[in-house]
Order: sequence, then structure tokens, then C-alpha cells
Amino acid sequence: MAMNTLHDGFSEKGALIERHWQELNARRRLYTWLGLAILAMALTGSLWFANETNAGKFFDRLPHLFDFVGDMVPRDGLEVFRALFDLPSPYDDGSFKYNYPEGRLYITESLYVPEYFHKMLETLNIAIFSTVIGMVFGFLLCFLAAKNLVANRLLRGFVRRFMEILRAFPEVVLAGFFLAILSLGPLPAVIAVSIHTVGALGKLFFEVVENADMKAEEGLRAVGASWVERVWFGIVPQVLPNFMSYFLLRLEINVRASTIIGAVGGGGIGELLRLSIGQGHQAKTLAIVLLLLITIIAVDQFSAWLRRRLVGDHAFRLAQ
Amino acid sequence: MTTLNPAQMDEIAARHPAVFHRSFWQRFRVAIIAGGFVLYALYCWWFFAIGHVLGTANWNIAGTYLADWVSYEVRPEVTIDPDGAMKLTYPRFSPLGPNAEPDWVEIERGTMTRTTPSAGAATDTAQKPASMGFMGTGGTIGGSATAANAMATATTREEEVVKRAKITLNSSTSVEVVPERVTVQHSGETLLVEIAGSDMTVEGVLPAWATQKAPGEKITLSFGVAGWGEIEADDISIRKRFFGWANFLFDTNSPFHGKPLSEVFSLVTSGERIDPKQSNLSLAWDNILYNAEWQHLDVWTKLLQTIVMAFVGTLFAMLLAFPLAFLAARNITRSWISNQVTKRLFDFLRSVDMLIWALFFTRAFGPGPLAGMSAIFFTDTGTLGKLYSEALENIDDKQREGVKSVGAAPAAVQRFGVLPQVMPLFASQALYFWESNTRSATIIGAVGAGGIGLKLWEAMRTNSDWENVAYMVLLILIVVFVFDGISNALRSRLMGKPAH
Repeated sequence: MAMNTLHDGFSEKGALIERHWQELNARRRLYTWLGLAILAMALTGSLWFANETNAGKFFDRLPHLFDFVGDMVPRDGLEVFRALFDLPSPYDDGSFKYNYPEGRLYITESLYVPEYFHKMLETLNIAIFSTVIGMVFGFLLCFLAAKNLVANRLLRGFVRRFMEILRAFPEVVLAGFFLAILSLGPLPAVIAVSIHTVGALGKLFFEVVENADMKAEEGLRAVGASWVERVWFGIVPQVLPNFMSYFLLRLEINVRASTIIGAVGGGGIGELLRLSIGQGHQAKTLAIVLLLLITIIAVDQFSAWLRRRLVGDHAFRLAQ
Repeated sequence: MTTLNPAQMDEIAARHPAVFHRSFWQRFRVAIIAGGFVLYALYCWWFFAIGHVLGTANWNIAGTYLADWVSYEVRPEVTIDPDGAMKLTYPRFSPLGPNAEPDWVEIERGTMTRTTPSAGAATDTAQKPASMGFMGTGGTIGGSATAANAMATATTREEEVVKRAKITLNSSTSVEVVPERVTVQHSGETLLVEIAGSDMTVEGVLPAWATQKAPGEKITLSFGVAGWGEIEADDISIRKRFFGWANFLFDTNSPFHGKPLSEVFSLVTSGERIDPKQSNLSLAWDNILYNAEWQHLDVWTKLLQTIVMAFVGTLFAMLLAFPLAFLAARNITRSWISNQVTKRLFDFLRSVDMLIWALFFTRAFGPGPLAGMSAIFFTDTGTLGKLYSEALENIDDKQREGVKSVGAAPAAVQRFGVLPQVMPLFASQALYFWESNTRSATIIGAVGAGGIGLKLWEAMRTNSDWENVAYMVLLILIVVFVFDGISNALRSRLMGKPAH
């Protein structure tokens, strides 16, 4: 159907409306094309800039795109399991590449935890512990930021800005700062991830609180309950399932975050992965990647299952 | 207000047994969960050895590092030679630049007759400053003849030396040095240190702000925010702390260094050319961009890289996830195989951590934004694809049926029956990820995937450039807040209601 010409058979008013509609349509199309053109220009400029400032040029390095597959092909298939469970390798020549048993963490004389499982546990613990800390402080702060509970705009605004800063503050700086003070170890990672989590969970929490049903709170107010009692008995019971759901969602994100923080010096499996890729230890790399993949999928599935039980099918908004 | 008597209470209790007889779990769940948290916290305390780490942590350094974020130190150092000749020097890279004579350091000069020992007999104390003065003559005041010291033969000559130096830290704090005595004044108390050769003795008791491990050893002075200092018999070094960022615009090599802004402005607008090859304006701009301490151009480039990484990564992820989501949605593509294949692909891309992709692509492309961009692209194709396919599976089928019923081609059915429903949601989710990736791109940069992350990490590793860290953090915060605002505004327009 041609849009730009008027067909015969319109009444006078009909023609007016038709013409107006066509004008609107043309303007809308112009805006769409303009928007797309700006986007295309931004994209071209960005790509050019990225290519210029990169160490290797895109088209020179493109054939190497799938080099990482080669980084993960071990000498023979069983090497992966030897690396994963710290079993001695038949290729052991004293180099770091095949020294799997050295990382064993002995619990008793003969019983040991393989290195990667121990480090994975450390990363998981960083994630869980910092999510718990974030949840506790986010829980305490969120009620002060909710419009329906705190009438004082100044306090509310202050708490919200505070949480925004916690959320936007680069984790890598927090980790680096505490690494300088506390020396190497997982604690800087815990602090960095926790601080970020307080901000992120606090924001999600106070949005839940603002959407809560205020009838229970009103009833408590009518019988003279204090602010704390109103919040504890009127608001908390209805928001708790949602809070738990966000807690689990955050846990998924934090498992990834603590892996990354680990890679920049915060301990855990991330550091081992970075070293092993850098040194070209294929079997070790593949073992760590497999372990990470399995752990992340397991955590995601567990959290999805639990969230569905807690709040039903609405729980699948991904948020940060 | 009526109160209930016990009989009425019992009656109510009998009527609602469920309310008053709660299960064990219902009654104690708060206690159980709280107890669980406490137990877990104790376990973590042990697992991470928190007590030990906190105990051995260096908290004094923390204060200094934090102060370095927004302030800097200038370090005048007075050295006393065995014959009583004094010299005042600043370190090589002092924020004041070479040949500085700040007004808070009073110097009285005079001449004295010195016998310069021959090179063989030179003592360490005399030789060290002399050779330093020879190498970097810039930093020396009052020791204008030090070059002569390096001459080998023993000579006797008149030299200009510092007779008295007074360093004022603030209105109540000052350090005055003459060859025989150091007088320190701080908050109304005075510390006198007599110096005789390589021995020094404190007169009276040490005030609370001065510490000395053993008599005759180095005295450490701490003046709080004003700075600190150390007194040794032959060397008095003072650190005066200034609030702000030193040489933020022009470094010490720039001709504009140390000039007040008004003077710089008049030089730029109407002054004579400092460098005949270029105008003062372009010289000043060059000096700012290539400021050796702040590296403005480099920081901005790296920040732009981070922004570009997030932008291109998310955009490409959206472009790829869009068609794939149609294949993955079971109500649109009625093929079990194609649904499963695309969905598992999304799961795989999502579950392999962004870190792993970043490390791999850093190997492929070398450090730089291409690696970070590809990492974001791969991860977010998975996440966006999953979200998009879920959105597609939840659409209202009536519109599709309507379009189909008038005989539209399959592509037209998608275009007019499906897209109008999901497009705002798709765009909103892509915007959300763009915004959150701007935040997370910082950290994958630190593993080598380009952007400001690596620069931040390098600045922190030396533990001496915390003011640069503060500068970059400030820039990142501004970018994140601006992008938050843009993304929120666009999203609330797309979705027709406030996104928050």
C-alpha cells in the first residue's frame, strides 16, 4: 500500500485525517532513521576507536579468535581428571604443568581435598558470606529509604544516595585498597563484594517495601505500635519471600563477581584460572573451566528452583 | 477501650486453634535462621582467618592511603654535615618542581669556610648529598658549590650554606633547625633537640606527639593532618601535607606550572608565545593532556574504552540475541530441536563466566578493548537471549492470530503481530544491560581486557598513586551516574511508566 499518495474516495474530513496520519507517519519514520543513523555512526566510531587502541588489530587477530580452544586441549583426555582430582600424571617431568598432586590439601594422613575444589569452595564462600553481609545491611538500610515508611525526605535521600555510591563504586578499587591494607587473601574480596551487594540489594529491597500492602501497617499503627514494631510485624512478613528471592539472585551474580575479583588478586579459583591460562597449562585450564561451569550452573539451578518455590514464576527478572 | 477477661481469651483461643498452636518451625524459625547465620559467620571467621588478618593488618597505613586520595605531601629535608654546614633539599619529583622556594620555609643563608676533604677520605655523610647534588643539581638550595665537593683534592674555600631553616606546617606547628639545635613547636608544646656531631639529646621529656624508640635514635613527629617528620642527628626530614591534588593541570615541566589561573588565562589569551612553534593555547592544552603525573589523555582514552566496550558489546549481543530468541521461543519456532539447541547455547554462553571469556579473548586479541568487548558480547548474548526468548514465550497470541487470519506472510506476522508487543521490553532490557555493563567493564579491564580497570589496578599496585585512583574513581562515578540517568529516562519512556 502506497503511503504517500491519497486515494480517491475519501470524504473531505477523511482526507484531512488521512493526510495528518501520513504526516505523523513520515515524521516518525524520519526519527527512526535518524536514530538508527546516529547509532550506526556511534557504532562505527566505537569500533574504529577500539581497534585503534587495542594491542592487536582486529583483522590481524581474527584468525586467532578460537585459539582458546587450543588452550584447553590436554595431552590426553584423562589428564583433565588428574588435574581436577590432583592425581599424579604419567607425563610428570617436574614442571608446573603436570605437578597436580602438589596442590593437595590434606585433612588427615591420606585423605585430601583437591586444590581446585578447595579454591572453588573458597570462591563460593566469598560469594555466600558477602551476600549474607550485604543482605543484613541492605535489610537494615532499605526501610529507611522507603517512601511509605520514612516521611523525612532528607534521611531518605541520604540513604538512597549512600546506597547508589556503594553500588557504583568500582569493586576493583575496594579490593585493591583492602589488599594494600590486609595483605593477600580472600578478605579483601569479601569486603569489596559485600559493599557492592549492600548497595545493590538495598535498592531492590526498598523498591519491594514501597510496593508492600500498607493495610497491616495501618492496623498496627491504629493500636499504637512503634515504628520498629510496625515494620517488623506489618511489613517484614510480606516482603520476606521477595527479599529471599533477591538474595538468591544476588548470590548467583556474586559467585561470578567473586571469581573475577579472585582473578585480580583476591584469591580463590579466579586467580588459579588466570595463572593457568597465562602459563598455557591446558589440562589445568580445562579442569578449572569445567569446575566453574558446573558450579555456576548448579548454583543457578538451585537458586532458580528455590526462588520459584518462594515467590512463584515472577522471580525471574534478572537484576543487578 | 475494653479489655478481655481470661474466659473470653480462652474462648477466642478455642475458636482459632490454628493461630495459637503453631508448629515448631513456625515458632522458632526466626531463631533457627538467625542461629544459622551466626554459625555460618563463625565458620567464615575461621575459614577466612578473619581475626588473624584483621590483627595483622596495617591500619596506620590505611589512614595515610586514604589521606593520599585527596591530599599530597611536600618533603623538605635538612641535612647537616659534620662541620655544621646545612643544606635544604627536596626529592627529585617534588610536587613543587625544581628550585622551589615556598613561603612556608624560611631560610637564612650565610657563608662559612669549609675544608673539603679529598675523595678518598670523604665520609659517607658528606659524599652522599654531594653526589646527589651533582647528579640532580635542580633540587639543591644553598649548596650551590656542592659540585666543587666532588673535586678530588682537599681545598679550603668560602661557601654559601644555610645557617637557619624554619619550616612552618600550620599556625601552631613549626620546625626550626640551626646546626646545633632543632626546635619543634606543636599545639603549644616545644621540643628541643640538641645536636652535637652525630649525637642528639632531647631536653626534657618528649611530648605525646613525638616518639623515640631509644635515646639517641631517630625521633618521629606526628602532627596529625598537618603532616609528620623525622629527626636524626644529620638529617631532619619533614612532610607537610596539603589538601587537594598537586599539579592537576600542569606538571612541573610545564612553563605554566605554579602560575595562578588568572596568569595562565592571560598568557593563553594575550601573552607572548612561550614556544615559538605553537600558540600558548595549544601549548597549554598539550601540557594538560600529557601531564606526567595525571596522564589525563591516557585516563580519558581508557575511560572511553570502557564505555565503548560496554556499548558495542551490549549492542552486538542484542543484535545476535534478537534473531536467536525467535528460534528459541517454542511458540514461534515449532521445532523442538531448534528450541533446545538455541536455549542450551544461551545457557552455555551465560554460564561460562565473563571472566573466562575475558581471559580467552585477551589471549586472542591482546590486551585492549576488543577483548573486553567480545567478552561482554558473548556473555550477554546468552543472558539477553534467555530473557528475550522468555518474553517471546509470554506474548499475547491474539495479535498474531489476527495478523495471520488476514493472510499475512510469516515474516509479516512476526513484524506486526509480535514485534510491537516485545520491542519496548527488548530495548529496555538492552539499555539496562548497557548500564550495568558500564559498571562491570571496569573490573574485567583489570584482568587485561582493556579499559580503565587495568590503569586503576596499576595505579593501586604501587601504593603511592592513590590520588590518581581517586581521580579515576571520580570519573567512573560520574560516567556511571550519567549513564544511569540516560538509561532510566529512556527506559521509562519506552515502557510508558517509571522504571524505578
